Amino acid sequence: MQELVDGLIRSGLAPAALPAWVHYLVAMLVFGGIVVFVFILPIAGITTWVERRVAGRIQSRIGPNRTGPAGFLQWLADGIKSLLKEDIVPVAADAPLFKLAPYVVMTGFVGAFVAIPFGGPLIIADLNVGILYVTAVTALVVVGILMAGWSSNNKWSLLGGIRSAAQIVSYEIPAGLSIFPIVMLSGALSMQSIIQAQGWEPWRWNLFHNPFVFVAFFIFFVAALAEGNRTPFDLPEAESELVMGFATEYSGMRNLLFFMAEWGNLYVIGAIVTTLFLGGWQIPWALPDHPVVRTVLQFACFFLKSYFWVFVAIWLRWTLPRIRVDQMMIMCWKYLVPIAFVNLLGTAVWMVAFPAGLPAAQMALFLLGVALLGVFAWRVTYHLRRAGLTRAELSFNPLSTARIPW
Amino acid sequence: MAPLAAVDLHVRVKARFGESIGELTGTRRDNASATVAPAAIVEVCRFLKTEPGLEFDCLSNLSGVDYPKRSVIEVVYHLYSYRQRHLFTLKVDAPRDAPVVPSVASIWSHAEWQEREVFDLLGVTFERHPDLRRILMPEDWPGHPLRKDFVEPEEYHGISTSRESLLKAT
Amino acid sequence: MGLAGFEVEVQRPQADGGLSTEDMTLSMGPQHPSTHGVLRFVVRADGEVMKEAIPDIGYLHRSIEKIAEKVGWHGFMPYTDRVDYVAAMPCNQGWAMAAERLAAIEVPKRGEYCRVIATEFNRIQSHLLSVGSMAMDIGAYTPFTHALREREYINDLIEELCGARLTFNYMRIGGVAWDVPPAWREKALAYVQRFEPLIDEFNDLISYNRIYTERLANVAVVTAEDAIDYNLVGPNLRGSGVRYDVRRDEPYSVYPELDFEIPVGRGEMGRVGDCFDRYIVRIREMKECCKILRQCLQQLPPGPVITKVARNFKPPPGDCYVRVESARGDMGWYVVSDGTAFPYRCKIRTGSFAAISIVQKVSRNLMIADLIAVIASLDLVAPEIDR
Repeated sequence: MQELVDGLIRSGLAPAALPAWVHYLVAMLVFGGIVVFVFILPIAGITTWVERRVAGRIQSRIGPNRTGPAGFLQWLADGIKSLLKEDIVPVAADAPLFKLAPYVVMTGFVGAFVAIPFGGPLIIADLNVGILYVTAVTALVVVGILMAGWSSNNKWSLLGGIRSAAQIVSYEIPAGLSIFPIVMLSGALSMQSIIQAQGWEPWRWNLFHNPFVFVAFFIFFVAALAEGNRTPFDLPEAESELVMGFATEYSGMRNLLFFMAEWGNLYVIGAIVTTLFLGGWQIPWALPDHPVVRTVLQFACFFLKSYFWVFVAIWLRWTLPRIRVDQMMIMCWKYLVPIAFVNLLGTAVWMVAFPAGLPAAQMALFLLGVALLGVFAWRVTYHLRRAGLTRAELSFNPLSTARIPW
Repeated sequence: MAPLAAVDLHVRVKARFGESIGELTGTRRDNASATVAPAAIVEVCRFLKTEPGLEFDCLSNLSGVDYPKRSVIEVVYHLYSYRQRHLFTLKVDAPRDAPVVPSVASIWSHAEWQEREVFDLLGVTFERHPDLRRILMPEDWPGHPLRKDFVEPEEYHGISTSRESLLKAT
Repeated sequence: MGLAGFEVEVQRPQADGGLSTEDMTLSMGPQHPSTHGVLRFVVRADGEVMKEAIPDIGYLHRSIEKIAEKVGWHGFMPYTDRVDYVAAMPCNQGWAMAAERLAAIEVPKRGEYCRVIATEFNRIQSHLLSVGSMAMDIGAYTPFTHALREREYINDLIEELCGARLTFNYMRIGGVAWDVPPAWREKALAYVQRFEPLIDEFNDLISYNRIYTERLANVAVVTAEDAIDYNLVGPNLRGSGVRYDVRRDEPYSVYPELDFEIPVGRGEMGRVGDCFDRYIVRIREMKECCKILRQCLQQLPPGPVITKVARNFKPPPGDCYVRVESARGDMGWYVVSDGTAFPYRCKIRTGSFAAISIVQKVSRNLMIADLIAVIASLDLVAPEIDR
């Protein structure tokens, strides 16, 4: 972005009389505003639509289908409705903290987008501590949730807030430990450097570099789900126990801000996973003469890879039940942390043993990954065949006068 | 598993407790019953539960029935044995103006809640009950609703208990 | 109702300067997404670990037993639906059987078969709702929608049979109100055939899921002795290993002519009598219901469905104690008649009333999340508890 602004000053489009930092500041605000309003908020909203349609499909029902084609504008309608709702602040609640909490959570969430790449040169600021910054800023969410839980003056909200704090803080450890191998491999913390250290071919992604990073990927994904308060780790907002956990007393837009942060965080998780493990926005063609086309292709590549993980998170949410607080803690501290340490040491040993990487191992792991996907696809078709239900049987209506299929 | 007929059960209990047990009434297996003097009910129940061959390990039902014409509130115990598969009924008559019956909660844990319900709805006090308080009605409800002469209070905490007739022209 | 009667002990600060803690008293109040109706639990908790969960009932008390004394023998039948609106057919049957036993009325064979068919469909409905909402309480939202989808088909079938989806008012003293409609038998058989393999699919989805079994195994173990002592009945009792079912051990109606098994908890995932056993007994019972339904629908004899009973029904004075196997277990109806057209006393002893009384005992040292699992596994419904 800095080069872009310098180019604008040089070419005279921006008044050269103002000092440089003013240009940079205005550029930051403009780009930040564009990213927030054109990308982040719509993504958070559209993810709710995707979630509700996917949930409907999994639960053998339809999902929203009235507002707009296939219910596509449902999130817009929900947003407008929330804005118009009565803003209730409980009488005995700690009003300043209560009102501030959603904004702290949103800050933690939006702040991560500063260092998330979108494709090619598109990144607001390629900080040289990129991934460390992203991890640190997303931890700000804990403060917001604790504020919400405490200031609601409601024991159930407090329980939800405390659970969430324990969960997010605990799962930072395996997440961080799983990032270290990648940082070691890439030799840099900056997001763009990590992407550029990988190749576009799947077997040159970090994911398949060595078996330890392969395991670290799964640990990172699980830990990221836990940080995002998603099922199976959605204890803080466990509907059946705590009504809505830390957000019980919130109404209207304040409530929506919490959940926009959660759905948008799914995209952040996807983006980080894509950056670290899946080769980011690398595409096969260099296209030196068509920078715009190249950037668009890179953006599409990155976006699709990230959004696939959003879809996986949604899929997991509607399939798996919820684990209990003590089981979650045991899993984190007794299982994930030791395995993450082993991965870290293993990657270090691997890097010493094979300084240039071992292409045979990379190819082997890639084929293993393809085989796992193949086995999964085969199981799905096996279940469909075993169910043996024809289309007519699937839509059985006992009151119909049509001939019964069997 | 050797289920005994009601007649045999009655004979065994009467042989043990004599005067405290009344005559066998009822025509079928499910309503064959004997009255028991209130003072002896706990011992009778303990005997029925622990005696080999009887082994009534389950208090299937404990209900109270208000008989204002006889001036008693009758507490009815339906006992069932899972081991021997026989059924017997005991009836205790408590005087209606001061109904007091010893509690059998120490014998079957299920009795604790059932006796609370009889206390709540009919006003029978159970002696040596671990926790005798109202269960279904609010703590400060006046009266015992299931009694035949219960008159509903006009209002409760300022809320009227009757409604204006919808047929009245306003 | 406040906290009167729920004295809680507050720990005083320790003299040696150690950390003093107070127990938190939470009210899992009448309005809550997962207390299966209006129930209230006063929970004394030390953080997430409960010291005790004391049930507070009475929010749905509608004095149904007193209403029986006012509306008469025939008029009480719709009220019996509301005693347990999730499984209303066995309640209908209990009342009808009590009146019939007092007056020595015999129900025609076809009427008895219709009763059993309706009751077993209702049992599947109730178990689907129970396992579905249990899965939802544990956090898996999808099995709930799948269970309710199947339940909708049964709702449609029963609506065709008696006009209602939830509170049926189908049975009458002397038989059932309406005969089976034309072509209903084929539709019902087709549905049973479709439904039975879906139970296996449901098991694949949730019953043996590792997270789910970890939540339920070894939680709130109820031994067989405790179960009998607290008068737990139905799937709760069978989950603790006691193989007892009123349909087989105190048979009534046409159950002696039918062939079915009694599933019992075997401690597959933990100890016998934990939450998982109670849950899996309900799943297996649905399969047995399918077996019974197939037999009944195929053996349905011709004839009338109801014995004519006088409108001014006056059974002779006496009392009776009828037990029917409802979805929630053995339901006891103690009915006293004084020879008039109005019952003198009707006492309904339900399975959930006993089950909720054991919650206080088994909830010691469980976590709050486990309390939800316990309530769901005991299949408590508020209308049965409070009547």
